[in-house]
Amino acid sequence: MAQEAVSSPASTPNDPADRPNTMLEAAHLTCQRGERTLFTNLSFTLGAGELLQVAGPNGSGKTSLLKLLCGLSPPVAGEIHWQGAPARGEDFRRHLFYLGHQHAVKEELSALENLHISTDLAGEPLTDEEALDALERMGLAGREHLPAKVLSQGQKRRVALARLLVSKAPLWILDEPLTALDVGAVDLIQSRLAEHLAHQGMVVVTTHQALHVPGVTPRRIDLE
Amino acid sequence: MLITIIRRDLLLAYRRRSDVLTTLFFFVIVVSLFPLGVGPEMKTLRLIAPGVVWVAALLASMLSLNRLFAADYQDGTLEQMLLAPQPLALIVLGKIVAHWLVSGLPLALMAPVLGMQFDLPPEALAILFFALLLGTPILSLIGAIGAALTLGLRGGGVLLSLLVLPLYIPALIFGAGAVESYIAGVSPEGHLSLLGALLILTGLTAPWVTAVALRIAME
Amino acid sequence: MSINWFKYSSPATFYPLAGKLIPWFYGLAAMLTIAGLYISFFVAPTDATQGESYRIIFIHVPAAWMSMFIYLVMAMWAGLGLVMNTRLSSIMAQALAPTGAMFTFVALITGAFWGKPTWGTWWEWDARMTSELILLFLYIGYMSLTAAIDDVRRADKAGAILALVGAVNVPIIYFSVKWWNTLHQGASVSLTRAPSMAKTMLLGMLIMAIAAWMYSIAVALSRARLLMLEREKSTVWAQEVLEQKP
Repeated sequence: MAQEAVSSPASTPNDPADRPNTMLEAAHLTCQRGERTLFTNLSFTLGAGELLQVAGPNGSGKTSLLKLLCGLSPPVAGEIHWQGAPARGEDFRRHLFYLGHQHAVKEELSALENLHISTDLAGEPLTDEEALDALERMGLAGREHLPAKVLSQGQKRRVALARLLVSKAPLWILDEPLTALDVGAVDLIQSRLAEHLAHQGMVVVTTHQALHVPGVTPRRIDLE
Repeated sequence: MLITIIRRDLLLAYRRRSDVLTTLFFFVIVVSLFPLGVGPEMKTLRLIAPGVVWVAALLASMLSLNRLFAADYQDGTLEQMLLAPQPLALIVLGKIVAHWLVSGLPLALMAPVLGMQFDLPPEALAILFFALLLGTPILSLIGAIGAALTLGLRGGGVLLSLLVLPLYIPALIFGAGAVESYIAGVSPEGHLSLLGALLILTGLTAPWVTAVALRIAME
Repeated sequence: MSINWFKYSSPATFYPLAGKLIPWFYGLAAMLTIAGLYISFFVAPTDATQGESYRIIFIHVPAAWMSMFIYLVMAMWAGLGLVMNTRLSSIMAQALAPTGAMFTFVALITGAFWGKPTWGTWWEWDARMTSELILLFLYIGYMSLTAAIDDVRRADKAGAILALVGAVNVPIIYFSVKWWNTLHQGASVSLTRAPSMAKTMLLGMLIMAIAAWMYSIAVALSRARLLMLEREKSTVWAQEVLEQKP
């Protein structure tokens, strides 16, 4: 069973002087998968500029919690609010960027086509230049037009992460974003996260690896 | 958005052309089985032709249904669609339209050719084409509901057929009936208008029901 | 009198309450069946055209009525469960399905037995029988779908969608089958276009129908109790019940 959220220590250099505007609020969440109850009575709030790290062993419900926050599954009990309103519907989804376990990359399409389609779907279309630039920064220069099935797992993940570089959504919910990435890519993603948080963005992330986002101390939830 | 989805799915289907062609070949093979089972006497074949072509179209359509959502479900793109700030019903409609263009329309185009094997007169072939033109979208629409309900389940294709074939029956009756009534000397208008009404009804409701079913399947 | 319905819908309250009611419903069903059969076989007059063999309609028609009625009730419960998120509603829908399917099957079989001596064939593709057959497919579809989904919540909700889609389609299917039948068979012989019904015949069928209804409630409640026990087996009240059984 999970404990309630453990906040970061009182003095955190990145907190603005006032308590930041609470944008995401989870109250008394209970999650069940099949017969098992994964966690009960989980509550936390997340404000602009904050990073929440969800930790716990495999099967403890990290992914399930993320899916609850996205609105993909309903909680058995509890509520989730975004900017004061229930976190549902197109208005909420417009503010959300979710990266799940699967990389959501179509094998038959090229990296460029994949990126265009996901940004179109998100309502944030890109020009070709912007898309190619993002792919280049993710280290996929020269491979943008190849069908994704010839790319390695790591490269496919980078195609998915390219969206991270261009997303304008304030709330990012990321499930193990750093898997299969080399050091360079990890640095790139971590600095992108810092940039996003500096611009009043919010991040909820699960990760097995240690997360070092420059200038940010993550808050933590431990599920067991 | 609708156009974006349709284009995407058409592009994907184009890159996996073999899938598309197998549906069409299945249609042809099934239709050809009937004379082999029933005997080559033209009088009989002419009688059963509309029904045979329609049942084969039903089966071919149904077999292609798992292509609608399965691939997107497996690689995570379906999840992203559920999270897009667009009405899911609209996205679903786009996918269904693309699916029909690739799996339904070819059947309608192929049908007159097969109808000739059964010695149907040209006007009957035209009616067969129109009936399938109206009917195959209905099959895709209703089938989408079934595909969404059975997403990711073990029983998969067989279960889907069990759910969807009874619901196909009105389209079958009106569609095959249109050709049969023409052959019997009656105007096919009644059948075709009923088919059209069914198409409108299904077109307005099925995408939304499918969207609800998708969200349930992905919970 | 305001009844706190939600109290009765909690499994812990429903289980014993249903347990007490079930024998009453079985009792009513038994009595009504005896009365109905008596009327069917001894009171209702011999039919002018069909002789004695027509008496099977006293089972056939009530079964057909029940098959339709149960489908609608099942769809209603399933829909309620979907919209209001109540566990008991979904359980009732799943509990009713096998009984509805059984009545459909009985209607089909008795229809065949009626047809053989009367029209000479075991099966007639008339509108009613064909629609009944399709209804059986709808039941089987619902039961197969709910059985194929492991996750209980998803099974309930998906089944509800299917049941509701089926319920909406039943009139469409029936209409299309009737259309098909009249166009193809012309002067059709309808198994159910009975000549003017003697009042006693109608009474007999009505009583059998109500008997079938009581029976259905009893069986559905029993099944619902079992489903409830299975779903809630980790709760306190369920474990107490399980410990009591020998």
